[in-house]
Amino acid sequence: MNALLAAATPTTTWYLVLAAVLFGIGAVGVLVRRNPLVMFMCIELMLNAVNLSFVALAKRLGDIGGQTTVFFVMVVAAAEVVVGLGIIVSIMRRRPGATADDIATLKG
Amino acid sequence: MELVVFVLAAAMILVGAVGVVVRNNPVHAALSLVLTLFGIAVLFVAQEAHFLAAVQVIVYAGAIVVLFLFVIMLLGVDRTEDITIEPFRIQRPLAAIVGVGVIGLVVASVTASRDAIGTGTGLEIPTVTGDNDSNIRQIARSVFGDYVVAFEITSVLLVVAVVGTVMLTRRIKSGKGES
Repeated sequence: MNALLAAATPTTTWYLVLAAVLFGIGAVGVLVRRNPLVMFMCIELMLNAVNLSFVALAKRLGDIGGQTTVFFVMVVAAAEVVVGLGIIVSIMRRRPGATADDIATLKG
Repeated sequence: MELVVFVLAAAMILVGAVGVVVRNNPVHAALSLVLTLFGIAVLFVAQEAHFLAAVQVIVYAGAIVVLFLFVIMLLGVDRTEDITIEPFRIQRPLAAIVGVGVIGLVVASVTASRDAIGTGTGLEIPTVTGDNDSNIRQIARSVFGDYVVAFEITSVLLVVAVVGTVMLTRRIKSGKGES
């Protein structure tokens, strides 16, 4: 039993596969959903999937630079959420209940 | 033990992620997002990224999701949206193909490069000073050493983001006829 458990210790590959699945779910969410807020949340899912793979590889390769990169990604993600939500608020004020399909004014 | 932690955290992450995509109500989607972010924080701890786990809970689950919830309440879009209606009939199958394709390709490349990644659970992150540095001290050395220019530029980015958002969402008193 102990040998079996030792063989089933999660390796870096497990983390990378989990990150890939999370990224795929986020990508499908961005493509399928219409509500701009929920699309934004799905973008956060994809960012977190990449963060997870960064951290797993930082541990695996023994390099703290991966964790530093995740730190910067988090800062940029926070700034991105602030700006994105500001844009969504200003759009929703003009046309309440707008979905991503309604915001096609810039389409050529 | 590690296996149990990984399986539980992975279940949290995947259930939360699917919840974000399929929940009708944006509030429920935001709460599912919290579940996913906490699961990722657990995996950060399992990968010895203690500082990042704390930042993940504070910044993501604390600040960002609360910001989402505030915007949902502010805009009053918390009514249920019917996601069974699909304007473009071809879009869902295409999205499924894209999702399965992304997952399949990444998983295939990860398993193909398993030898390069290695089957071990990871090396010890080498300590800079020789004694047993904590994770937060290593990150501090990295951020304020190698990446100090990027760190300073980040402060500019944050100031620009705050000022830009205030300008974006400010109500213009007189001329409100841009649309």
